[in-house]
Amino acid sequence: MTQQYLLSIYQPDGEAPPPEVLEPIMQDLAALNEEMQERGVWVFAAGLHPPSTATVLQAKDDDVLLTDGPFAEGKEHIGGFTVIRAADLDEALEWGRRLATVLSPLSIEVRPIAFG
Amino acid sequence: MIDEVFRAEYGRAVSVLTRFLGDIDLAEEAVQDAFATAAARWPVDGVPPAPAGWIITTARNRAIDRLRREAKGREKQASLVLQEPEVEEVGAVPDERLRLIFTCCHPALGLPAQVALTLKLLGGLSTAEIARAFLVPEPTMAQRIVRAKGKIRAARIPYRVPRDADLPARLTAVLAVLYLIFNEGYLGPASLAGEAIRLGRVLAALMPDEPEVWGLLALMLLVDSRRDARTSGDRLVLLADQDPSAWDAAMVAEGQDIVRRCLRWNRPGRYQLQAAINAVHSDPPTDWTQVVALYDQLMAVAPSPVVALHRAVAVAEVSGAAAALRLVDAVDLPRYHLFHAVRADLLGRLGQDPVPSLEAALALATHPAERDLLRSRLLAATDQQDHPDQHDQTQHDPHPGRHST
Repeated sequence: MTQQYLLSIYQPDGEAPPPEVLEPIMQDLAALNEEMQERGVWVFAAGLHPPSTATVLQAKDDDVLLTDGPFAEGKEHIGGFTVIRAADLDEALEWGRRLATVLSPLSIEVRPIAFG
Repeated sequence: MIDEVFRAEYGRAVSVLTRFLGDIDLAEEAVQDAFATAAARWPVDGVPPAPAGWIITTARNRAIDRLRREAKGREKQASLVLQEPEVEEVGAVPDERLRLIFTCCHPALGLPAQVALTLKLLGGLSTAEIARAFLVPEPTMAQRIVRAKGKIRAARIPYRVPRDADLPARLTAVLAVLYLIFNEGYLGPASLAGEAIRLGRVLAALMPDEPEVWGLLALMLLVDSRRDARTSGDRLVLLADQDPSAWDAAMVAEGQDIVRRCLRWNRPGRYQLQAAINAVHSDPPTDWTQVVALYDQLMAVAPSPVVALHRAVAVAEVSGAAAALRLVDAVDLPRYHLFHAVRADLLGRLGQDPVPSLEAALALATHPAERDLLRSRLLAATDQQDHPDQHDQTQHDPHPGRHST
């Protein structure tokens, strides 16, 4: 019996780091994703465009309201996420720890998925 | 009799049932049911030869009955449980309690939740009792416990003895929780300090090879041995003014004995060192040189401003107030009442004006007994212009973990 967990990556808004910084990180990330796949842990992973590209929708009366920008104003937003399968929280946290180490100093939020 | 069994065995019964049922709430309900049945039957039928086993067997049967009744929607879970082999015999499963301790103290739970769960599940304390001890409204504490249990369930915080690799980090959290519970009982309810010591004994029996577990137990015993001497009426009595014959001799002896055993291990940690400091104080007159040396070691293992402050108090006894004042002035604890109280004492000894520091201490102190003491010292300091050769001691019970969490 396994449980799925969402590992969301929080990153500060603004410019991405220069290629010489980013490239080795992305290589480590690709290696971690590959390891997750080999171990049968990996379900899905994605990186997102910056929060300025987000649009928020909310149904009001008969209409659906559109607002430019991310849902919450903040200095940090979700920059990407990975969905994994794990036996329990300790196992999920271990993968989360690996992800946080690769993406240091970004924060990773680990949350169990309720349905899906 | 039932009360005694309840306090001693509630935690283990919940542990066994949690493993059996896979759900803490269900386990708690079943165990409470079993105790309710015991309360009705034991006075009539007599206490069974193995009360704890009786409770666990009864709770297990109750849970099975209940799951059978509800089997329709939950067929799968019921059949799962019913297929389980017999629960292992009680007494041979000390690890069950360890599992529960480590589940309660999982680092994914906040410290307040860890404390609340530990007390609730292991100590069998009611939500109302825990709320009273931590001075929060009962609904707040109830919500904290419900949320923590919800997280354990939904996030699947595992119910198992952690792997060896996890132990150091987890054990640190477990010890911190026990110490926090103890500290709540330092000037607060004695039952809370007693509960922390009881849980410390459980942990020491379960992990006898961990010196820090023994260190914490010794520390709690030695500090708590002075409970009766620490206050007179509602007033706080400083260590230097305490009557050693009012200390609990058995607790002192046990604490000192454990400290000696820890010394032979030669793997000093923060709790062992604090215990050693308290052991020296338990053997008056205090050997201050030894106390300073122990604080030096404590600063190397677990440096903190609070420890530095306590070290300065010891230095004052060995090297004089001027040397100590230099150390205190290098400590950055402006929001801590004892910082100002210690400064006031040193200033007084050096013939300087302690009044502003005493006022600062009084403005920050919250506990009534500490406030009373500071108020009387403030009065004495104003008198002191007439009698300049009197001065107060500042040495509280040396308990540098206090307030540092």
